[in-house]
Amino acid sequence: MIFGRSERGKPPVEPVTLKILVAGGFGAGKTTLVGAVSEIKPLRTEELLTEAGRPVDDTSGVEGKNTTTVAMDFGRITLREDLVLYLFGTPGQDRFWFLWDELATGALGAVVLADTRRLEDSFAAVDYFERRSIPFLVGVNCFDGAARYPSQSVRAALDLDPSVPLVLCDARDRESVKEVLIGVVQHAMAYAADRRAAVTT
Amino acid sequence: MSGDGQPRSHWFDDEAGPVVRPYAMTRGRTSHAAQHRLDLIAVVVTEAHADDPEADHMLSPEHVDIVQLCRDAPQSVAELAAELNLPIGVVRVLIGDLVDEEMVHVTRPVPPAELVDENILRDVISGLRAL
Repeated sequence: MIFGRSERGKPPVEPVTLKILVAGGFGAGKTTLVGAVSEIKPLRTEELLTEAGRPVDDTSGVEGKNTTTVAMDFGRITLREDLVLYLFGTPGQDRFWFLWDELATGALGAVVLADTRRLEDSFAAVDYFERRSIPFLVGVNCFDGAARYPSQSVRAALDLDPSVPLVLCDARDRESVKEVLIGVVQHAMAYAADRRAAVTT
Repeated sequence: MSGDGQPRSHWFDDEAGPVVRPYAMTRGRTSHAAQHRLDLIAVVVTEAHADDPEADHMLSPEHVDIVQLCRDAPQSVAELAAELNLPIGVVRVLIGDLVDEEMVHVTRPVPPAELVDENILRDVISGLRAL
């Protein structure tokens, strides 16, 4: 460890980092999606919630507990030596919305992964991103054996704004997940352009 | 995917024991004065002169681990937490100490205002396509 690169006078590259969130109900395939494109096995990190760290207005449902932990899974994609994209699976429990705020700050965009057998599990995430004006797209994870519905029906069931992209995907398939992520970034670009137009006019 | 059983397996409640113990490593501190709520993707880089952290007796083994891990390859706060198997809050405090000691510096992620920078977004898209 003594002869690190930094000692030879060439400092290590300090990458620019970005993040995309992956939301959806339990079992929707969030960790599978992250694992399909991540160069590392999805890592798990835990946040310890303490009385000090927890916003007062968010304690409903956790009264009587002093400490608890919540897990987040994440993966990494090195796009270039100096450009790294992190994918974060959001904690699924509704009572941890306040943790999402931290994750969502500075996020490039989000994927809401939907399972057509339990669409209602995605409502909360759709609402969250809509309210915070975070660009997101809905990826319908095509599970084997689950009935396929036309995108229009899924859109209607989720009450999606027409500008929100909806794509069918397979969270296990690397190419499919790449397309989903590219879709998020393209949507974020269009979204930013719209906002700029709104500001200048 | 473990499906329906997933929520429970990620959970520890009071019966799981003293889950607050990690904060002993921070001597009970849950936040750090110098730390502006470090983002999960903020990158920690070891300073070139921090070549012998073990000689610094003010540092805990966990501090030394961070200095060593971030020397060759800078790491994000989230990666450090996962690698060291410590809660993010604890890692933030430890990083704050190391910043004070000038053993490491932290590079902030792209600020939200610059996320609309088309050049960066284009680079991300072409990077993803090339995967």
